[in-house]
Amino acid sequence: MTHYDVAIVGAGPAGMSSAIEISQAGFTALLLDDQPAPGGQIYRSIENAHTDRLDILGPDYAEGKRLVAEFRSSSTTYIPNATVWNVSRDLTLAYTREGVSHGISADALIVASGAIERPTPMPGWTLPGVMTVGALQILLKAHGLLADAVVLVGSGPLIWLLAAQMIKAGAKPSAIVETLPLSHYFKALPKLRFNRPAFSYLKKGLLMMRSVKAAGVPVFLGAQGVAIEGSSRAEAVSFEIRGRMHRLPAETVALHQGIVPNQQITRLLHCDHRWSESQRSFLPVSDCFGETSVANLYIAGDGAGIGGAKVAAMQGRLAALRILEKASAVQNTATSELLAEIEKEISIRPFLEELYLPSAEIRDPKENTIVCRCEEITAGEVRASLASGVPGPNQIKSLLRTGMGPCQGRFCGLALSEIAAQYLGKTPASVGYYRIRAPLKPLRLTELANMGEAEVPQAPVKQELQK
Amino acid sequence: MIATADLLIVGGGLHGCSAALNAAIRGLSVIVLEKDTVGRHASGVNGGGVRRLGRHLAEIPISNRSMEIWRRINELVDDDCGFQPAPQIRVIEHEQDLEAQSQRSAEVRALGFYHEVMLDQQELRSYLPAVAPHCVGALASLDDGFALPFRTTFAFKRKAQQLGVQFYEETIALTITREGQGWKVSCAGGQSFSGRYLLNSAGAWAGEFARQAGDKAPVEAVAPMMLVTQRMPHFCDAVVGAAGRPLSFKQMPNGTVVVGGGTRGKAFPESNITEMSFNELRRSAQTAIDIFPIMSKANVVRSWSGIEALMPDRVPVIGPSSREENLFHAFGFSEHGFQMAPAVGEIMAELIANGTTDAAIEPFSIARFG
Repeated sequence: MTHYDVAIVGAGPAGMSSAIEISQAGFTALLLDDQPAPGGQIYRSIENAHTDRLDILGPDYAEGKRLVAEFRSSSTTYIPNATVWNVSRDLTLAYTREGVSHGISADALIVASGAIERPTPMPGWTLPGVMTVGALQILLKAHGLLADAVVLVGSGPLIWLLAAQMIKAGAKPSAIVETLPLSHYFKALPKLRFNRPAFSYLKKGLLMMRSVKAAGVPVFLGAQGVAIEGSSRAEAVSFEIRGRMHRLPAETVALHQGIVPNQQITRLLHCDHRWSESQRSFLPVSDCFGETSVANLYIAGDGAGIGGAKVAAMQGRLAALRILEKASAVQNTATSELLAEIEKEISIRPFLEELYLPSAEIRDPKENTIVCRCEEITAGEVRASLASGVPGPNQIKSLLRTGMGPCQGRFCGLALSEIAAQYLGKTPASVGYYRIRAPLKPLRLTELANMGEAEVPQAPVKQELQK
Repeated sequence: MIATADLLIVGGGLHGCSAALNAAIRGLSVIVLEKDTVGRHASGVNGGGVRRLGRHLAEIPISNRSMEIWRRINELVDDDCGFQPAPQIRVIEHEQDLEAQSQRSAEVRALGFYHEVMLDQQELRSYLPAVAPHCVGALASLDDGFALPFRTTFAFKRKAQQLGVQFYEETIALTITREGQGWKVSCAGGQSFSGRYLLNSAGAWAGEFARQAGDKAPVEAVAPMMLVTQRMPHFCDAVVGAAGRPLSFKQMPNGTVVVGGGTRGKAFPESNITEMSFNELRRSAQTAIDIFPIMSKANVVRSWSGIEALMPDRVPVIGPSSREENLFHAFGFSEHGFQMAPAVGEIMAELIANGTTDAAIEPFSIARFG
């Protein structure tokens, strides 16, 4: 088993930035990423993007080129196409690549595995032809693919960004159906802070909205009771606005309700998590440098709480500098500068979080709506099990098999915590979240059996479990 | 706050719930104290084997008694607990192991029990068409089965509740002390409970309560591991083990395959955490593939482990305290307590309500540890 000073999971802005910092200091850094090329979701396929695609995707995307180039030229051991399927509390981890599993160990680990899209249980969301806005954007970034007759449904900045990008690419969406109550706009305004980063985010947002308007894309605001209709695949989106029913034909429906931290690794490691009311999600608890409740395990980027690409890059550097600081026992003034910069950069978040807070309807789906896609369990079945006295997500999982499928709760975990909290009149914090178990992604049984003796961690725990 | 009942039970696993239900049926008022939630540990996450095959000889009468209850489990708890009758088959891979297994079956028969039978290669194949060609025979108990562990524990709890048993979950018992003829249990946060009788069914955490009463109980907290695959085409109707190497293998009605047996992760009972050892699980994976070649197509989706109580002689503690009156123990069932729980709960309730039982529990006395 190869040992590294620092192992990093995820090659987005946070992971790349931390790897650059670590390797520059002469420490050994390993970066594992499940994609074929660096960039993460935000800069997906950036190295292959030519002028026209860069033009479509815009300057924020193009910015990734510089970071990826710098990362490539660093001395980091970079292993692409590597899916991490287990991490132990002694900071050994196992990953699979081309059908073979390997193990590595490290003195410190930076989890930079980013965000996932919030689960969006609603009638018809499991029909063929329904995807997420994030997935649609990845098709555009990675393959230049665009779908026809797309209706974008939900809420969040990504909807407007993708719409603007699609328009630029000449495949404008057939409509945008925004599900956030109009009151959110008024509630959010007082949270706006007028500084340079906030102003620049706001300007970008307004420009995206203007390009949508200018292209003549119909926009429906304040939609309620959204359902995707169709017998064998998505055919239409129906919804209600102020008592009036609408029905839009659609071949492809792309759903989005914002993004939330990908908790799989920090949950697997039993890190402490807290509930963020404003982000409506669980966040791993960490100090200001990103160190979690498990010693020498750091979290950086959107996985620590949604902050966007710029914040992610700074958090990646920050975690790296902190690790170096601890290793060399020499204070680094750059950390306090970074902290101040992050503070400024995230000042837009309270406004965005208030504006795009998922509506009550999304958080509390109708009885017949499927919540767990893998096992096809409805919200009604979940509530019935709660009525019979089970106390929370893990017991619902034991009883109904929710979250036991191949996705390991990525598509239903948050929805289930919300439903249980709502039903029991408790907070999501008190009902909790699924316990996550390895392998984090499905693994061939033969691959496990064939794993070399030397690749597997032998001594389960070598250091103090909790700080 | 002080609450009182005839019987206090520390530990809301299946054994605690089963004893609570059976005591309530006999008219006792019961309080169950559970430090986490009911069925959180071994009871909720075990392999679910309803197995008589291969038991310690002293356990066979209780196991048989339990089997009778399993067959009508619905009448007892108003839920079928996902119980499926199925053969339990211990596959023999090598000719030279046939003799030992056949001797075992003879030993069981000599005691007057006839559930363990030898299968020749052809019979084995008729029960397990997907078994690897090198397997030469098996020892089997054909009328055993499996059930869903959490659902079972929850069903026992719910039925007990309907009969008036009070469950205090997230209530951490700290000390047990004598109070006249009876017992007082003091919990974290200042709550205390008193009752005439006390049952210690605290599983991996039971040793401390036994110690406080002066009983010696070298309980080890262990974490047996299991893994489960994605759904596969139906190929196995039995619960399968292996002679000569550890294995517990079954295909669930939904097609997923659960593989475990004999491998252990690391248990941290003080923090409720278990950590998997994939080095160990590798062997389970290899054994499963060797015995069922179709498993080379399987994908693992999850592994898990619960914290269980293991005694040094691998036999549970069932019976009264050797030191103190009105104190009883039922723990130390790692990897073999699920099937026994319906009968053990009945036996504990008899012991507590009537002061006596006709079950042969002497081999399980806590006094054996001095």
